[in-house]
Parts: sequence; C-alpha cells; structure tokens
Amino acid sequence: MSYQAKFRVWRGEAGAGALRDYTVEVNEGEVVLDIIHRLQATQAPDLAVRWNCKAGKCGSCSAEINGMPRLLCMTRMSTFAEDETVTVTPIRTFPVIRDLVPDVSWNYAKAREVPSFDPGDVKPGEFRMMQRDVARSQEFRKCIECFLCNNVCHVVRDHEENMPAFAGPRFLMRVAELEMHPADTADRRKIAQSDHGLGFCNITKCCTEVCPEHIKITDNALIPMKERVAGRSYDPLVWLGNKITRRKHTDTPKS
Amino acid sequence: MSTATAPTKARAAIGERTLRKDNWRRYPIVTVVIFTAWLAYGLVRSLMGSDFWVAEYHYLTPFYSPCVNVECGEAALFGAFLPEATPFFIPFAVLSLPVLLLFRLSCYYYRKAYYRAYWASPPACAVGEPHQSYTGERRFPLISQNLHRYTWVAAFIVSVINTWDVVLAFHGKDGGVGVGLGTLILLINLILLWAYTISCHSCRHIVGGRLRNFSKHPVRYWAWVQVSKLNERHGQLALITLGTLVVTDLYIALLAHGTFSDPRIFN
Repeated sequence: MSYQAKFRVWRGEAGAGALRDYTVEVNEGEVVLDIIHRLQATQAPDLAVRWNCKAGKCGSCSAEINGMPRLLCMTRMSTFAEDETVTVTPIRTFPVIRDLVPDVSWNYAKAREVPSFDPGDVKPGEFRMMQRDVARSQEFRKCIECFLCNNVCHVVRDHEENMPAFAGPRFLMRVAELEMHPADTADRRKIAQSDHGLGFCNITKCCTEVCPEHIKITDNALIPMKERVAGRSYDPLVWLGNKITRRKHTDTPKS
Repeated sequence: MSTATAPTKARAAIGERTLRKDNWRRYPIVTVVIFTAWLAYGLVRSLMGSDFWVAEYHYLTPFYSPCVNVECGEAALFGAFLPEATPFFIPFAVLSLPVLLLFRLSCYYYRKAYYRAYWASPPACAVGEPHQSYTGERRFPLISQNLHRYTWVAAFIVSVINTWDVVLAFHGKDGGVGVGLGTLILLINLILLWAYTISCHSCRHIVGGRLRNFSKHPVRYWAWVQVSKLNERHGQLALITLGTLVVTDLYIALLAHGTFSDPRIFN
C-alpha cells in the first residue's frame, strides 16, 4: 500500500536554515531513510544526507525524527500514522555542515583524549582472559558510534559551554570499558572525573533511551563508573584505610 | 583557482524547545504527583504519633520501626530514649526515617526521576531545559550523592530490623504463633523492601562490580550476577515499595484505630 506522506525536513547550511515541507510517496516496509532518498531522487536533488550501511550498523544516518534522536535507516514508516507530518532535522548538539549532515568531529577529539588500553608488562603468550571477565566490556563494544547518546545528553545539548570539559556518554562508556577490562593496568578513576567530566552526568538515562544498540549505558557503564570514582575519591572509609595501610594509587596522569 | 573554505561551525538554527509530538510531559507530571503525595502521606503519618501498633498481633508499621520514643510502649522493641516531651516534628522512628529518606534521595533511580520531574534537568529526552547553566553532581550539595553506599548500609540495617518486626508479627491471639492478613501484608512488604535494597547499584558495586577479574572471585561473581538481575528492576521496585509501604502502614493504622478487625488465617 502506497500513500503520500507529509514531511518537514530541515534545509540549510552552516547553521542557517529552516524546515521545508514536502509531500512524498511512501510504500509498505520502508524506513525514513528510503523516503529521504526518494525526496532526493524526485524533488530535492541537492538535499544532503549522510548514510552508509542502511542496516543500523554504521552509525552514519543519525538524525532527529519528530524531535527524537534516531537512525534514519532504523525508523520504520509504519510507526507513524499516514496523516502524520514527519519532521526530520539534523542532530542538534553538533554543528551542521549542510541539511541533515552534522559535523561530529567533537566526538573524535574526545575519543583521542581517552588513554588507550594499557596491558602493562605482559609478554606475548601470557595474555589470558576468561569469558566472564570480558563479558561486561563486550556489551560496550556493540557501540556503532552513531553519537546519538552524546547528542541527546543535556549536559552538552543544552549547555554548549560544557563541551570542552565533558566527554559524553559514549566516551565515558569507553573509560568504563577499559576500567573493567581484566588486562588493563591503568587506573582511570581520577581522570574519569577530572578529564572526562563524569561528575556532570546526572544519570537521567536519555543516552540509554536513544541507543539503537540497546546498550545499558547508564546502568552498566556510567553508574558502575560513578561507584568506582566514589571509591577512589569520595569514600571516607576507603580514604582512611588507604592512609592507615599507606597504600599508594598510581592514577593515570591528567592529560 | 578558487579554494574551498571550511563551513562555519554552528548548530542548526531550530527555534523550538523540542520537536517531539508525543506526550513527553506525562512522565514528569506523574512523577511529581506520586512523589509529592507519598511525601505528604509519609510526613503526616510519621509525625502523627498514634495508630502505629496493633498490640494483639504485634503489628508495627514500618513508618515507626524502630520505635524509640517512650510513648511507643511495648512497640519499642529495641528500647526507647526519646522522652515524652520530644517536639512533634521529631518522629518516633527518628533513627531510621532520615536514613531511609537519604537512601531514596541518593538512589540512582530516584535521582533520574526527580532531576527530570522536579528540576527539569532535563524534563524529558531531547527537550530543552530551562536552566542557564549546569554543573551536574560536581559541587556541594549534589556531590554528596557519591555517599549513596553509606545510606545503603544504613538501609540494610533498617531492613534487618524490619525483618525482626515481621517475625514478631507472626503472633496469635493466645500468645502463640498466628498468621493474619496483616502478617501477610507485612511479609510481602518486607520481601519487596529487601528486593529494592539488594537491587541497589551501590550493592551491585560492593558485591562484585568493583572487581576487574570475576574469574578469580567465583562467589562474588555469582552474587554480582544475582544482584544484576534484580538491578534491572530497581526502578520498578523503588516505585512498588512506595505503594506497599503506604498499603502496609494504612492497613495497620486502620486496624490500630479499630476501623476493622484483622482477618485471621491461623490463630
């Protein structure tokens, strides 16, 4: 069954632009990205959209559909009523290059700030891990880096001034992944707070709500990381114990 | 030859606070109504100073456990140190209620709920918040949320006391063992309170989450797996226990007041 759907798509360049109305054909089984492609093919050949796999695995086609951050390729048209106007805008937190294509380079800069995996002095052949030790981290490896979590997080979405001091859920999850890794020898708890801005997170769980891979970012990465940071920096008994036993921490230095 | 210039870096100019069309206001409104109503009920009941103990069956409402005012009489199962002249705003369960309140206030589920509902930070996902600046949980007073683990230990101790209350509530008319509807209500409430307490994120961290090598600690790994299963339902348990606490307290209050008698199953 085909029908004519009403679409409002943000068109513009380098920030300036507006929502434009279109009426486009929709066929059974299609997703929003199909409609954007039809729009390109029939009415707006200069419409810019970034996409790649069309299977929800490359993380390229992040956008906001009716105000909610989603992947264009994973949002079925059947979830909307036929008379509903579907609004498509670029993700709001990052600068827009043109139309639906954002500049997500902030995320790559943040990725580089995370100290890489540190196996210590392990020699070839000595590296042994049990599945149960790495299962937690494997959940985080499902991340496709669509950056919808970083886009929806109000810490930077509503307060652009926090962008230099906050790594966003995606990279705090990366810090948690390394912190939980059985073969990683670095202690990232101090820098999680100071360099990556974990203390900004008020665990309102929007990152988890929008994750297309259904990673439990808040429950399995951010809160466990907050608990680890609490143990390192805010727990008075742990502090006292460290003083008595004269235990020295080897924190990963601040960048 | 012309050279291409890099585009200026600016966010898309979208004036609306949100383009969401669904009923995103529902969650914060429902949360405010439920939490405010519960706090009002809890405040009134805990300061009432009456109808908290059914002497015939040894039912003690959780809002008065442990009861430490001399006015508690035989309900003071662990002794009483507050004199009769204690001001009305000091509850009979002055040892437990503040720590239980702090436990729930610093709970990761409640934080999400009240940051969204009462502080609109954010009111809902992808909806602009009204505040000019945001510092998160990095400064006083919110930095103290990091002490949630201590409130969890206190809540654990209170749960042990509540367990003893329920053991004593298996009290029959003739002084022996007995079971009534009140006993079952207290028991269900207790089980759910334990489930809420054990499913806490801090508990999950303490039992095993803080480890890097699960394979070297099989018992703690097993405990972590069990707590993790419960932890998935932590938010639901937080809400359910609000309801069971009110039901339990109201039932005992009405019994103590003499509104109706307790249906007995055994003795």
